[in-house]
Amino acid sequence: MKTLSSMLLLLLGAAMASAVQAGPREDLLDRYAKDARANDPGFTSFSATRGQELHLARHTTGKPDTPSCSQCHGDKPRNAGRTPTGKSIEPMAVSATPTRYTDAAKVEKWFRRNCNEVLGRACTPAEKGDWLAYMISQ
Amino acid sequence: MVLTIRPVAAALFLIFFSALLLDRAQAGSGHYYPPVTDKLTQDECGSCHMAFPAALLPARSWQRIMGGLADHFGDDASLDPAATAHITRYLTDNAADGAGSRHARKLMRGIDQANPPLRITELPKWVSEHREISPREWKSKDVGSKANCTACHVDASKGYFEDD
Ligand code: HEC
Ligand code: HEC
Ligand code: HEC
Repeated sequence: MKTLSSMLLLLLGAAMASAVQAGPREDLLDRYAKDARANDPGFTSFSATRGQELHLARHTTGKPDTPSCSQCHGDKPRNAGRTPTGKSIEPMAVSATPTRYTDAAKVEKWFRRNCNEVLGRACTPAEKGDWLAYMISQ
Repeated sequence: MVLTIRPVAAALFLIFFSALLLDRAQAGSGHYYPPVTDKLTQDECGSCHMAFPAALLPARSWQRIMGGLADHFGDDASLDPAATAHITRYLTDNAADGAGSRHARKLMRGIDQANPPLRITELPKWVSEHREISPREWKSKDVGSKANCTACHVDASKGYFEDD
């Protein structure tokens, strides 16, 4: 009985601790960091500066009409963007749209689509983490 | 007694009749297409452009669109099989030749039933309704694409595609 109740307490404590620090956004970043380290043992941490460079750069390897993330999302993450078909996109900066990047499947779906369109390839875990770090810092 | 019933009956008749007319106006006029009510369809098909009402295309067009999402007019709009099946069912059930037919009769005029276009903007009736719009207007910055219905039809998300 005693062991059972202390085990329950332990479980409760663990649940509360994880509720405090790890939201879905942090989980996602942890996953990208783990994958980035697996690809490159020298990886240390994500960089919002590199994320901004990725966001603004004009790439030549993807579809010619969408050379940059900023083409649709704009170059100021706190402002709304616009798709080529004219549909408005809510700001990508977390401070402006707090619900952003809380659904891992949604984030992965759009990284897959958009990186392919803009870069002509998948984004690496490091690129994804850098880009998210930039949007979280904005 | 008779005197009081009469106006009531007349009022009731009027209400009934105008409701009928209103319903007719929406159903037959060709400018009302019920907005998407399915949450998943709204989310997955409404992020790059408006979620087009199901009654704007026949079921066969929706089936072909949903069968080719990986190359969707040049974009990758692919979804997992469960979501694809769910959305296909919603769109075909409510298509122009399904539950949406009473709204869509006008727009479906002149289409090749066996091989209907993939695009709403290629339906013969859509083309003729928009023939007066100049190339310059289509290319203007606010429009950009024929598929940007909301640029001109401000109440498109409520289902109304009037001349406004
Ligand atoms: C052709 C237009 C377009 C381009 C170019 C584009 N995006 Fe997007 N992106 C969208 C749309 C549309 C959405 C979904 C709308 C929404 O979430 O409000 C989206 C959503 C996202 C999301 C998911 C947001 C969330 O809330 O989970 C991420 C992540 C993302 N984009 C990253 C990128 C990156 C990185 C690039 C450049 C490599 C890029 N996008 C380029 C149109 C674009
Ligand atoms: C990743 C972005 C994206 C997503 C997601 C998307 N579409 Fe599209 N869709 C496009 C683009 C781009 C076009 C072409 C627009 C143009 O011609 O300007 C288009 C065009 C269309 C058209 C033809 C419009 C016309 O010209 O008449 C239909 C119908 C359509 N989409 C249906 C859907 C359905 C159904 C879904 C959900 C399963 C969906 N779309 C999801 C990008 C998207
Ligand atoms: C550049 C502006 C513009 C765009 C973009 C546009 N329309 Fe229209 N549309 C019009 C105008 C103007 C009329 C009225 C034509 C008339 O009455 O002579 C019209 C008429 C219509 C009608 C007939 C309405 C009626 O009362 O019979 C329908 C249906 C329609 N549009 C649907 C659409 C759909 C669906 C889209 C997007 C795929 C779209 N339109 C995009 C301008 C536009």
